[in-house]
Amino acid sequence: MRLWLYVLQRLVVLVPTLLCVSLFTFGLQQLLPGDAALALAGEEHDPAVVAAIRARYHLDQPMPVQYGIWIGNILRGDFGESLRNRIPVAELIASKLPVTIELALCSMLIGLLIGIPAGIVSAARRGTPLDVGANFLALSGLSVPHFWLGIMLILLFAVRLGWLPASGYVPPWESLGRNLTTIALPSFVLGTGVAGVLMRHTRSAMLQTLDADYVRTARAKGVLERVVVLKHALRNALIPVITLGAIEFGRLLSGAVLTEQIFAIPGFGKLLVDGVFNRDYAVVQAVVLVSASLFVLLNLLADVLYFLVNPRLRG
Amino acid sequence: MSWQRIVMAAAALLLIAGPAGAQSVLRIGLNDDPDALDPTISRAYTGRLVFAGLCDKLFDVTPDLKIVPQLATGYEWAADGLSIVIKLRPGVKFQDGEPMNAEAVRFNIERHLNTPGSFRKSEIGEIKSVDVVDDLTVRFHLSKPLVPLLAALTDRAGMMISPKAAKALGDKFTTKPVCAGPFKFVERVAQGKIVLERFPDYWNKASIHLDRVEFVPITDSASRVASLRSGDLQMIERVSPSDLAQLRADSRLRVAGVAELGYQQIPLNVANGPKSKTFADFRVRQALDLAIDRETIIKTVFNGEYIPGNQFVSPSSPYYDTKVPVRKRDVARAKQLLREAGQPALSFTLIVPPERDRQEAALIIQSMLAEAGITMTIQTQENVTMLQAGRRGDFEAYFTFWSGRPDPDGNIFTFTTCNGAQNDSHYCNPEVDTLLTKARETPSPAERKKLYDRATEIMVREVPRILLWHRRVFTGYSARVRGFTPYPDGIIRLQGLKLE
Repeated sequence: MRLWLYVLQRLVVLVPTLLCVSLFTFGLQQLLPGDAALALAGEEHDPAVVAAIRARYHLDQPMPVQYGIWIGNILRGDFGESLRNRIPVAELIASKLPVTIELALCSMLIGLLIGIPAGIVSAARRGTPLDVGANFLALSGLSVPHFWLGIMLILLFAVRLGWLPASGYVPPWESLGRNLTTIALPSFVLGTGVAGVLMRHTRSAMLQTLDADYVRTARAKGVLERVVVLKHALRNALIPVITLGAIEFGRLLSGAVLTEQIFAIPGFGKLLVDGVFNRDYAVVQAVVLVSASLFVLLNLLADVLYFLVNPRLRG
Repeated sequence: MSWQRIVMAAAALLLIAGPAGAQSVLRIGLNDDPDALDPTISRAYTGRLVFAGLCDKLFDVTPDLKIVPQLATGYEWAADGLSIVIKLRPGVKFQDGEPMNAEAVRFNIERHLNTPGSFRKSEIGEIKSVDVVDDLTVRFHLSKPLVPLLAALTDRAGMMISPKAAKALGDKFTTKPVCAGPFKFVERVAQGKIVLERFPDYWNKASIHLDRVEFVPITDSASRVASLRSGDLQMIERVSPSDLAQLRADSRLRVAGVAELGYQQIPLNVANGPKSKTFADFRVRQALDLAIDRETIIKTVFNGEYIPGNQFVSPSSPYYDTKVPVRKRDVARAKQLLREAGQPALSFTLIVPPERDRQEAALIIQSMLAEAGITMTIQTQENVTMLQAGRRGDFEAYFTFWSGRPDPDGNIFTFTTCNGAQNDSHYCNPEVDTLLTKARETPSPAERKKLYDRATEIMVREVPRILLWHRRVFTGYSARVRGFTPYPDGIIRLQGLKLE
């Protein structure tokens, strides 16, 4: 099959997928207990105020009408305004997305730099203390809760040593250096989690390829072990890791909720959580929809890469 | 590029990232991101902390809750209480250079009253019209006498925004607010920070010693405290009692706490629908009140940091009635009252929101009541749903709080008058209505105190709701911060603050 045809096919499937996502997020929001207008009104009990809020955000309309208004506006590129601070949702997303992308890229980089070499080493040195050590690190990366690691790192690097800021975010165009210091700890926290996943998968894929016939042949030919591992085995082992990497990246892009919360990084995850707590329907629905789209697109990208790397699929 | 070069480049970048210049910048950590920065439609508490820098008000309160002029210079009630004349401070400018005068005050009050969805309308809705007497004098006409109006003008209803900016920005005023406070708006990164810088033409500029103020919302309390300890922040608001030990142990930090304006309470369903049978008899309500030991709750759940209470104001308020202090727990008397009321084996359900403080206190209350033979079932319900149940009368008792108002009227009137908007109990006593209405019309604090005392004595006997404790509002700050005075409203006043 041709690549463009394949991509086109996948893009067509994207439309019903996103429609389902939109219906689902909208429906879930309606199931949340508590009236949004009352939540917004807070200690205010004047029925006129509550009614004004309802009218402003169409909360007085039947659900299908609300959904229709919402989806119609989105198709016109209007995501509505935040119910809480009245900032346009599109503006909120546009300002949070770069932060989350940067955090995801840095975390991914850390994950790749730790995860893949650790996976290779532990597969090539199977059964040695090096393997055990790498496995231990991978399991720790996977199982240590992010919020705990985050707080511990803040206490060490910000409170005790004073090397890095404890929280907050400085955009790179304001000061690249300060940007890197603010992003370092959260990226590390997220990166260790990714590294754990990547390490485990690289290791098992490597073990499989290292046992393959062609590798044995290469060894029999007297090829250096280093070349066998890094050239012959690694290339094939990386195919499943690419897919996995893309999925992990998609996960990071949909917002690292707890990590952003702890480091007060104004990204997607924080936008989502604050939205949920404040019954900010407009924000939550838009964030989920955008995250879902990103996730689906990244999966598509992974499949395309897979298609390119794996000649068998091209047929 | 070799890896050594990359490392060196990275190190160089980190070095450039040194501290900012010699400007005096105060960074304040907020517990959550404020809502709209428009005094008319603002609702969130954290917004008020930002407004303290941005927008001055006609009046302010002192730490002991006396009302003092800010943008005003004085006021005078008419003899019939149906109008009030307010004199304005001369030479005050908005941050866009426009004059803050009587015309601007009229514009602002009318905006509060007429904007759809205004949260101020219920606070100052009794204002019928505003006269501009001269450039620096306004007269408000009221539909009925209302002394607490002045207290409303010490908060957002008294904040004056530039009419020019309001007209130009319309609905978008919140994106670039312009007021007459000591600091002007620079930028807002939603969920990130709100930046203000010194307004050079502020009427009281001698009191301002900071160049910039940044408000940084950090929702996680552990990382908020860590940011204060690391020096990223210089002040944090509403510190949780469980974080106090950490802050007090650090010699570079200070903590100040004062009794809040509000209270934690359990409204009882006295006459609101079919679920009101349980607590219809006041002796049953008294029994409940007597079976609870407030001291013990505060010692065990709040490390003794909060203040036991039984009235609608805290014991440190000038309006607290010392003749009826918090009563000692008396299980025997509680049991006797239940027998007299014919409900010796009382059982009921308390609705509690899923929040640590109230959940833990509810568990202790449950076991205290059990000793008096009362079976209390705890039903956890999300906050907004609980409040809706309260309004509908779908409750026997629920556990809530009131944030409090500087004027005592705001803590009692709508909760206990027969048609009060927040009277979920549907408690009704015409005598209480008369007393509280009279207190609204009486300007003399001494006279008002007498009226409130009589109402309090009825409340303590009839117990339509159980008042339990008053939190203390704690502010944590760096020892570099000088000149900080805590206020019962928890709002940080920036006047007089210095950074060493």
